[in-house]
Amino acid sequence: MPTLRNLSPLPYNEAGQPVLRIAGLGKEFYLHEQGKTVPSAKGLSFEVRAGELVALVGPSGAGKSSVLKCIYRTYLPSSGQILYRTEGGRELDLAAAPESEILALREREIGAVTQFLHCLPRQSALDVTARPLIRLGESPSIAREKARQLLSRLGVPVPLHPIAPATFSGGERQRVNIARGVIVPRRLLLLDEPTASLDPAARDRVIGIILEEKQRGAAIVAVFHDLAVAGKLAERTIEIAQPVIPEDISADLNSVIPAKAGIQ
Amino acid sequence: MQRVLEVSGLSRIYGRGCARCAGETGPAFERNVCPACGSVVAVHDVSFHLLPGEILGIMGESGSGKSTIVKLLNFDETAGGGQARFFDGERTWDLFGLNSAERRWLRDNRMGTVYQNPHLGLNLDISAGGNIAERLLMNNVLSYREIRERAVQLLARTQVPADRMDEHPRRFSGGMQQRVQIARALVTNPPLLLLDEVTSGLDVSVQARILDLILELQEVLKISMIAVTHDLGVIRLLASRTIVMRYGRVVEAGLTDQILEDPQHAYTQELVAAAL
Repeated sequence: MPTLRNLSPLPYNEAGQPVLRIAGLGKEFYLHEQGKTVPSAKGLSFEVRAGELVALVGPSGAGKSSVLKCIYRTYLPSSGQILYRTEGGRELDLAAAPESEILALREREIGAVTQFLHCLPRQSALDVTARPLIRLGESPSIAREKARQLLSRLGVPVPLHPIAPATFSGGERQRVNIARGVIVPRRLLLLDEPTASLDPAARDRVIGIILEEKQRGAAIVAVFHDLAVAGKLAERTIEIAQPVIPEDISADLNSVIPAKAGIQ
Repeated sequence: MQRVLEVSGLSRIYGRGCARCAGETGPAFERNVCPACGSVVAVHDVSFHLLPGEILGIMGESGSGKSTIVKLLNFDETAGGGQARFFDGERTWDLFGLNSAERRWLRDNRMGTVYQNPHLGLNLDISAGGNIAERLLMNNVLSYREIRERAVQLLARTQVPADRMDEHPRRFSGGMQQRVQIARALVTNPPLLLLDEVTSGLDVSVQARILDLILELQEVLKISMIAVTHDLGVIRLLASRTIVMRYGRVVEAGLTDQILEDPQHAYTQELVAAAL
């Protein structure tokens, strides 16, 4: 299958090239009815390489999730560039790429775990998790087996697998969300509060999965509330504050490519 | 990028039309009736494309022109302007440049339409199996056994009980009529399916099963579909991309999650705010 990459830590000799380069990203919402502009993230610049995790931290409402949604194109950025290097080595601006290209990348290369699980109703947790893999052409039985393993590793009890997640607790749903997000090995992962609403044991399982994804070579941008978790996982932490003045508090000052948070 | 359908500058005016029709209707004027001549500008200068295997949502309220688009594409109505090219494997069809025989052949073989109203898509006074057979007969599949087998297959796929195959759809529930309509549309394995408000007016639980069926068909058969609806829930569930229409114009187009979470146009913002 061409779609399932082998799990070698760093695919070919691209270790030096960032997977994602964000330059001057800004997002504001114009509300027609009120004639008002609501600012969100502003003047944000950073880079992520294969195997790195960049953590976005800061108070609620500062625009952390907006950054992830801009990268995923759920939001249209108001300014700046989001340059993504594809598996094939092409660099394209996710803010401007054709929709067909974004849809193809979402299926194969860019995964997102949103804060809340959105999934088709009436589908079992197992099918929800297996679906991205099946859509890529994997046989349903293999995909479901992989989903079963992932869900079990994340501590979702087997009796819940055949049940639709609508009835699950917040923490269970979140783990289904994460399992679905990582079942296809992605080049770029966007995680929005992946450890929120989890008990310590479940949180450690999720941290284990994220570490594995890094080791595999995924570039990850993640929003965290919990600074301890961010510190454990991140190469760099970008603080998004209110008012939005991003500040790069690099976890490793000797990092070859420090994230550059432009301040406006 | 490969495409199944490419529509550009599509227009349709009901009435005699005049020079001011296009310039004085649309979202900016909040009307689709021309103040000069009284013609209805149902669709004006609409362009979009459909990707292989995707479901494109066309969203809008009554009178936005969304259903007219389906009627123009499946030849129920004649386009007043614009072009629509249908890329069917090796062949490219210029939909508005065909003669009537070609149009009929294409409609009977290479595209399927499912209407909100089953009366439009089915003959309610011949059996469910007969409705399916009819489309196969037009398609020169002549063996009775072959037709019957195909009908059984399709009805099973759309979850219509086989023992009701010889009943008239008039006696079926609304949801079951929609299933027979879908089976009929699918019988010739068309690469393009047009869905016009297929779940409107059905009970919520029946709606859910029809939507599940449509998703399954898309996933298994990889059919490209256009789903016209006023229902944001249907759009969210089915469509990867969505165009939003008002007064015959496209006011916004984008990825469905972007349209729903970061709507740009005043009208879309109003629609989304009203639904959530």
